[in-house]
Amino acid sequence: MDKRLERILPRVQKPARYTGGEYNQIIKDKSKVELRVAFCFPDTYEIGMSNLGMSILYHTMNSLDFVWCERVFAPWGDMYAEMKRAGIPLYALESGDPTSDFDALAFSVGYEMAYTTVLDMLDMSGLPLRSADRPDLLPVVMAGGTAAVNAEPMAPFIDLFFLGEGEELDNELLCLLREAKRGGWSKHEFLVRAAQIGGVYVPSLYDISYNEDGTVAAITPKDGAPARVTKRIVEDLDASPFPTNPIVPSTEVIHDRVSLELFRGCVRGCRFCQAGYVYRPIRSKKPETLIRQGIETLKNTGYQDVTLLSLSTSDYRQLPGLCDGLLEYCEPRSIGLSLPSLRADNFSMDIMERLQKVRKSGLTFAVEGGSQRLRDAINKNVTQEDLLNTCRIAFEGGWNSVKLYYMLGLPTETDEDIRGIAEMANEVLHCWRLYAKNKNRGVKITISTSCFIPKPHSPFQWEPQVTIEEYLRRVNLLRSSITAKNVTYNWHDAETSLIEAVLSRGDRRIADAIELVWRRGGRLDAWTDYFSFERWMQAFADTGVDPAFYAQRERPVDELLPWDMIDVGVRKAHLIKEREKCYRSELSPDCRHQCAACGAARLLKEIRCDE
Amino acid sequence: MNEKLRLRFSKTGRAVWISHLDLMQTMQRAFSRAGLALKYSEGYNPHPQISIALPLSVGAASRCELMDFRLREDAELSTLPERLTAALPEGIEVLAAYEAERKCAEIKWLELEGRFEYDGREPAALLEPLRVFFARESIIITRKTKRGVGESDIRPAIRSIDFTAGEGLVALHAFVSAQEPTLNPEQLAEALRQLAPELAPDFAAFTRLEIYDKDMIVFR
Repeated sequence: MDKRLERILPRVQKPARYTGGEYNQIIKDKSKVELRVAFCFPDTYEIGMSNLGMSILYHTMNSLDFVWCERVFAPWGDMYAEMKRAGIPLYALESGDPTSDFDALAFSVGYEMAYTTVLDMLDMSGLPLRSADRPDLLPVVMAGGTAAVNAEPMAPFIDLFFLGEGEELDNELLCLLREAKRGGWSKHEFLVRAAQIGGVYVPSLYDISYNEDGTVAAITPKDGAPARVTKRIVEDLDASPFPTNPIVPSTEVIHDRVSLELFRGCVRGCRFCQAGYVYRPIRSKKPETLIRQGIETLKNTGYQDVTLLSLSTSDYRQLPGLCDGLLEYCEPRSIGLSLPSLRADNFSMDIMERLQKVRKSGLTFAVEGGSQRLRDAINKNVTQEDLLNTCRIAFEGGWNSVKLYYMLGLPTETDEDIRGIAEMANEVLHCWRLYAKNKNRGVKITISTSCFIPKPHSPFQWEPQVTIEEYLRRVNLLRSSITAKNVTYNWHDAETSLIEAVLSRGDRRIADAIELVWRRGGRLDAWTDYFSFERWMQAFADTGVDPAFYAQRERPVDELLPWDMIDVGVRKAHLIKEREKCYRSELSPDCRHQCAACGAARLLKEIRCDE
Repeated sequence: MNEKLRLRFSKTGRAVWISHLDLMQTMQRAFSRAGLALKYSEGYNPHPQISIALPLSVGAASRCELMDFRLREDAELSTLPERLTAALPEGIEVLAAYEAERKCAEIKWLELEGRFEYDGREPAALLEPLRVFFARESIIITRKTKRGVGESDIRPAIRSIDFTAGEGLVALHAFVSAQEPTLNPEQLAEALRQLAPELAPDFAAFTRLEIYDKDMIVFR
């Protein structure tokens, strides 16, 4: 271990997150590989090690024998200061080698608030932030993840983006990079060739021009880059690589358990939900595959918990069979099974009973909107009746804590809708009084609200976000409407939501502001410990960015959007249709009742959507 | 199988940064990975019955850690070191597994080695002053505890200590009290910082070598 590192570790919190050496880490002989990839997660170890995508791609990249892919996370503030003081550059956990020694830095960017941390990790690697200031082929700086569906705010910094799922794409790109390294290609040569791989977006090969009003006038590809880059998907999830020997952290992380991914995509089409659109089409894993992978992973990791991941667990067709199969293994071994993301509408007594056999946790429902009209408008197909039925079953089954999540500021929301949230909490309370098995323990009902953020590639991508003042007015309205003392109300601040709204629908011109925030000390902005609203607003002002232009302006549907060169499968016409239905408070049936021909199915060649 | 079993293991290299609490979790998972079912406690919230003697500070290495446990089923004890080591993270090696006969409360002395690093100083010149310092009749240091600031004399907890010079460092070898009172080796460096700053090292690291009972018989 680096002597300098040994000296600073005793002074930082939870040093085990900075040392590597965990069980199942992959160690290779660096003299025998051709490419070294620093797989960078622009957040802390605890968050990054909880990320299933990170775990899958770590293993798929390492499955290439000419590649050694290692993990890199952002240090927490104390470690960051110590590293700066000691002159220690960013390093990878497996080898402890500085990231500047690597051939590629590959960032997994799941959320916009990580952007400043990406810049910080480039800087800690001793690299110039901007792609144009890094003339050499190596190291190539790449990024993928959900935030890449609008890559523009980070376009000047990143050499190339991966769109969609990386299991096949990452390795294709690494093969090309090997060829480039062997052949001594120029960076430009490599990027031009890379842009020919489906799912690779090379921002420097697109010229963007703007109208006088600030909107995008034209997106012009060059050097043969495609006019639209279509995201990549894996068709057969059962055959797709899944690591049953993931790294087991030696210190506590957020999700410290076996994660099984039931399916990708979502049949629901909630109109506010970016994930529900950008992860289409629907592809499921077979229960046999999941049970086999689950048991294998439990054996290989020694974990005591399994969780089932997807956007909507109750929509997994063979859920009861899967639970039975897993419980058969888990129960005798006291292994817990948890099912997040259950819907209130088809949450059955049956499933709850199965889970109760092992462990009981609180219930959380994402209700999103306070009235049926609003829920219809956003296509959140949950009725008050469904919710109360579920609560009744839960209270009868001994649960005594319910969390209800809502968004304020959704398109078409009225004060009536907001008062409806408080009324629903009262109904839940009434339901508890009627049906609770044991009233001595009391009940805890928690309402949480966050401020709606319109996201690219969702039907609400043209919608304005409400101003901070308006959000707070709605918060206060809700506060004053809640009267029951068993009901707690938590609201998220709207400041982060405003910044996130600017970043998620921004164009290349806001890159200067991101860089300025970082230059003024911004990093780990997803953490309230570090986020500074003033720093962001000042940086916008100093770089001539008007946040309202990006966040609070209703965009005409014929406006060229900054992310229009990116094709996630779902057609724009479908998004427009869904938005119009919102204004008529009209539901769309879920994909299983009636295919809406959203367009995502055309990404499939071998199978059909949701087969 | 109901006997109390004991593991002796070492914790070195990168594993020294794993905290005591995290080590308990790591051990539990390693048993599971090795296909060994730990016996759980009875009750509302069952947890595996494992206990590690003399919790080790984060950053300190050891070649003589002990962990007591019980298994649900019989296992060939001689195979345990290999099976468990293969299931443990880098730096943790199980050296032996056996039936526990003595109580860990009988542990009294700890043999340790340490490294006092001095940047840009001649270590040989420090040996004599260090010996003289630790030969004092009492070494009273102030300590911050949960209840506030307290004073304690660590001298009675040092059975013997000696120093040799290395490159850029002074190596120490000592026998100190492991329990009643417990001397955290870090206090040896802390004593210098408080009472003889001119001898305070720029960095100190320690390794536990062996544990003994009150009669200086190796404890197993």
